[in-house]
Amino acid sequence: MFRILKQSLRTGLLTEPAPPADGELEALGIELRRRIDVRLGRSLALRQVDAGSCNGCELEIHALNNAYYDVERFGVHFVASPRHADALLVTGPVARHMEAALRRTWLATPSPKLVIAAGTCACTGGEFGVSYASCGAVENVIPVDVKIPGCPPAPLDLLRGLLAALLPERRHAPRVPLRARPLAGSPTESLVRSKGGEPGA
Amino acid sequence: MSRFAWLPDYLARLAREGVTALADDRDALAPARRVVLAADDWGAAGRIAAAVGCRHAGLWGDPEGERIVVRACLVRDGDYLVLETTMPLRQPVLGSHTPHFPGVDRLERHMQDLVGIACLNHPDSRRWTRHQAWSDGDFPLRNDFPVAGRAAGRTRADADYPFARVQGSGVYEIPVGPVHAGIIEPGHFRFQAVGEEVLRLEERLGYVHKGIEKIAVGRDPVGLARLAGRVSGDSTVAHAWAACQAMERATGCEPPPRAATLRALLAERERIANHLGDIGAICNDVGFAFAHVQCARLREHWQRHNQVLFGHRLLMDVVVPGGVARDLPANGADTLAADHRALRKALKPLFAVIDDHPSLDDRLLDTGRLSAEYASALGCTGYVGKASGQGFDVRRDAPYAPYDGLRVDVPVGSEGDVAARVRVRMAEVHASLDLMDQLLTRLPRGDLVGPLPEPESGARGLGCIDGWRGEILTFVRFGADGRIARFFPRDPSWFTWPALERLIHGNIVPDFPVCNKSVNASYSGHDL
Repeated sequence: MFRILKQSLRTGLLTEPAPPADGELEALGIELRRRIDVRLGRSLALRQVDAGSCNGCELEIHALNNAYYDVERFGVHFVASPRHADALLVTGPVARHMEAALRRTWLATPSPKLVIAAGTCACTGGEFGVSYASCGAVENVIPVDVKIPGCPPAPLDLLRGLLAALLPERRHAPRVPLRARPLAGSPTESLVRSKGGEPGA
Repeated sequence: MSRFAWLPDYLARLAREGVTALADDRDALAPARRVVLAADDWGAAGRIAAAVGCRHAGLWGDPEGERIVVRACLVRDGDYLVLETTMPLRQPVLGSHTPHFPGVDRLERHMQDLVGIACLNHPDSRRWTRHQAWSDGDFPLRNDFPVAGRAAGRTRADADYPFARVQGSGVYEIPVGPVHAGIIEPGHFRFQAVGEEVLRLEERLGYVHKGIEKIAVGRDPVGLARLAGRVSGDSTVAHAWAACQAMERATGCEPPPRAATLRALLAERERIANHLGDIGAICNDVGFAFAHVQCARLREHWQRHNQVLFGHRLLMDVVVPGGVARDLPANGADTLAADHRALRKALKPLFAVIDDHPSLDDRLLDTGRLSAEYASALGCTGYVGKASGQGFDVRRDAPYAPYDGLRVDVPVGSEGDVAARVRVRMAEVHASLDLMDQLLTRLPRGDLVGPLPEPESGARGLGCIDGWRGEILTFVRFGADGRIARFFPRDPSWFTWPALERLIHGNIVPDFPVCNKSVNASYSGHDL
């Protein structure tokens, strides 16, 4: 036990340091926190569904929970059941063998609900496209509110996408007037217009 | 010991049983040897291979025009032997290898579902990869099957798969999946338990079947490397390397020494990232959050350096046909060396805690034990095999550049439990750091990519790479137009998924997550 305490004390806090003027993660996080407060009340519960991904996106979604990003501090948490979810975070092209499971998961999610397609495959079908085994993009199977391209999208891209999902014009979101005005030049402006899905570029 | 010292004995035994080798050559799939057999002799050749102590590394069908070629890969003492036979498309029937090699059960059913080859005497007649996306009697990898498929409209759920039943007083079933509670890939597990004890576990996979083998057809080499890098995203370097190695062997391309060294650096970085993430996740599954948080931070740090040095957090698309797509930045070697030092320093106290902590010992020791007999019979490689006494490692036992010039230490355990798999992985992290230091000291100068010659029609190659999960075997055949006609990536998970079904016996249901994580077989790499 002593060794663990010693290690913890030595390592210290790992969350990103308070940002300088352009600390992107903090700015994103704070804005996300604010939107969540306004639209959902305190928290955004996400149910992640792998509908056919290569597992690359899952690794990056996992990273959102590590000490560097620690998205729970912004009110985002992953839940074990679609019944508890405000939004589905869907990855992969939709494998035909997952089509029914994805549809049922969507039906099991209480309305109003959001669907976020995470990763190039979920957005467009990506490297796999449409075939005898793949339905391609998530929107070919269930309605999608926001797309986050990237192969896979980095944790910051995922955060930007979550923020985009909570923008006022999203059709499935509850109609609560926005008290907070978007920040001028805020990261949300470049939302769905992402940096593109070309990895290694 | 010289290469293929065991082969004359095998061929002699074949001859004694009246099995004639129609051809025996060294060049068709070099460095593997190829033995061509009549289709009728297929089953016997498998039986005799088991008798001489070969490991079965998988088999796959390859429809070529009006015939189907089937190849099986056997390994002994680091030597790869490919058995090959040809059948007419109209009546493709083969003797099954499964009775002699239980690990190839699902590979044969996969071949049955996708290529339409009936395996005689196979103990399990159920479909495997096929759910409801195509019908019985349709075979997606046949040339007459359209890539878009024949079924229109929605795909039904695969509700009527005949799971094996266990009946008795107090026996109950737990169906889990395909959508799991965590952030993981989809698959179905059917437990039969009494009280907390698991009597039987049956896996049902295939949910993330994306038609990789079919959509590979017609791609150019660069496109195939991209696809191979997405067979299993956590093994993107290893799978891309295996595919590129197969294409390079098929065309006679030798990647420049600098490219080979950089590929190895990438592969070892991938190994370390995955080992770190999984060691932490295993600890988390038994409630030891400390190790999880520490490992996750080290992994994140590692991935950020991947981004800076190689342009991608998971290292996707850096391995390309003929070499690598990008060089290290100017001070890259120094940065890497500093990175290795920093990781070693951070791991020393952390691994000391994980290795010797009463709470972890209590949960991990003797949990999920895979006996050496099962590991060997199934043909497990990687940490699952190594923790159960199977010391095989491609980098050491069938070395390819640049490992042929390095000393590769292979940690082996004998207990076969979750703790042993964790220990093997901790040891592998250190071994990889040592390897990378060796690689950095001899990083050659020179080109990053060697030209890939125009592939001849029918050119074939077999790639074999040690990924972090174990041995990856990839077969590539080019068509007349210089494009891919067949691509088969065989992930090591084919052999570790059945191991999970066995090692869970006698454990309690709540220990399944940690057992599963300790194996961490790939769904995507298996479902294709």
